[in-house]
Amino acid sequence: MRRAAEGRAGDGSQRLSRFDRIERAVHWVNAVLFAVLLATAAALYIPSVSALVGRREMVKALHVYSGLALPVPLLLSAAGPWGRRLRRDLGRINRWSADDVRWMRSLGRDGFARLGKFNPGQKLNAAFTAGAAVVMMATGSIMRWYGPFPLRWRTGATFVHDWVAALLAVAIAGHIVVALRDRDALRAMLRGWVTARWARSHAPLWHVEVLGSQPDPVNRASPKVSTPPSAATSQ
Amino acid sequence: MGRRVVVAMLGLGGAGVLWGARVQQFLTRLGTPSFLPGSDRFRIYSVVGSLPERSAADYRLRVTGLVRRPLELTLADLQALPPTRVVRDFQCVTGWRVPSVPWTGVRLADLLDSAGADQRAHAVSFRSFDGAYTESLTMDQARRDDVIVAYQLQDKPIGAEHGGPARLYVAPMYGYKSCKWLEEIRVVPSVVPGYWEVRGYDVDAWVGRSNGRGDRPTS
Repeated sequence: MRRAAEGRAGDGSQRLSRFDRIERAVHWVNAVLFAVLLATAAALYIPSVSALVGRREMVKALHVYSGLALPVPLLLSAAGPWGRRLRRDLGRINRWSADDVRWMRSLGRDGFARLGKFNPGQKLNAAFTAGAAVVMMATGSIMRWYGPFPLRWRTGATFVHDWVAALLAVAIAGHIVVALRDRDALRAMLRGWVTARWARSHAPLWHVEVLGSQPDPVNRASPKVSTPPSAATSQ
Repeated sequence: MGRRVVVAMLGLGGAGVLWGARVQQFLTRLGTPSFLPGSDRFRIYSVVGSLPERSAADYRLRVTGLVRRPLELTLADLQALPPTRVVRDFQCVTGWRVPSVPWTGVRLADLLDSAGADQRAHAVSFRSFDGAYTESLTMDQARRDDVIVAYQLQDKPIGAEHGGPARLYVAPMYGYKSCKWLEEIRVVPSVVPGYWEVRGYDVDAWVGRSNGRGDRPTS
């Protein structure tokens, strides 16, 4: 993994590769699809926007096919040899360490938790979004191709689709706000890299994984109060 | 762990599909605020790009086709005719329902009579001034007492988003039969399927007895 590091070693400004091209491409294609879904949803659902946009038949088709396309970028990217980094990160997102749970319980305030490449908030957001996407595709399909389903299911599917859409809108808005407040994390998704300094404070276990455990000068300057040895995890 | 979150969401989603209808009924009874999903309010559907607008002064309704005296009525002409007020639930074929909506207008049967509709004509077609939407009824359906050309909704003039200045209101059928922005009533020999009917909805759109739905009848 040392290959991933470039730039000057030691002062914390060196660049660590956080997301490769495939991962960034998946993220931004998904972002565009979600934007189209939310915009068309507004045009179908919110009366004042419906009145402004109209063209119900076309908006409906756009919404349905963007929804069906949602899993395609992720599946294609994770499928082949090009998706090694993506698959590895999906594995990280799926695993929760004892420190992750502790950090989550403290609502992110526990400074002693040793986090890996992704913090538990990011893991929860990813799992929620994945689950929500599947639920939205299933309920949306019942709404669109309602023929074989009893009326109660259709009403229930609409109910679930509406509420999960509202939750997704809140989660995505929160995701964007948090990303805009951490420019380093945002740049990682735009250009792929973070500084070693950022990695050491936000993702210490990943920092060690990429650079090795030997302390760099900056690390030596600040005593290791934040690294109790008991915090070793499965990462 | 991440997988558990996903599985839990799928479980909740499935439960919601099975029992969501009941939860929604409960929420509606509680009175859900209008910005939350599941509240009983109108949703605004239009099949064209912009909301069709016509002022009360410019509005004209024509009654044409197999009639002895074609009519061209202003909104004032309509309002001068004997009014009928109908209060019914409004049921959309996509599932939402607005309870006890008052509509005021003129019975379609009265308009057909004053135009002298041909006895041998079996159907009536409707055209919207949005330029795209059409609907139709059989002559028997059109002559029901709860089928009106409405110019008031909730005792106020009908706004552009609800199909004003005047629109059709077919109380016993799903909302798509109630042609908004009504411009022409044409007496024709037989039923011509309307905008959504060409796209798969039932032509005879009785609430609770069509489109595979079992909603409580509205009339």
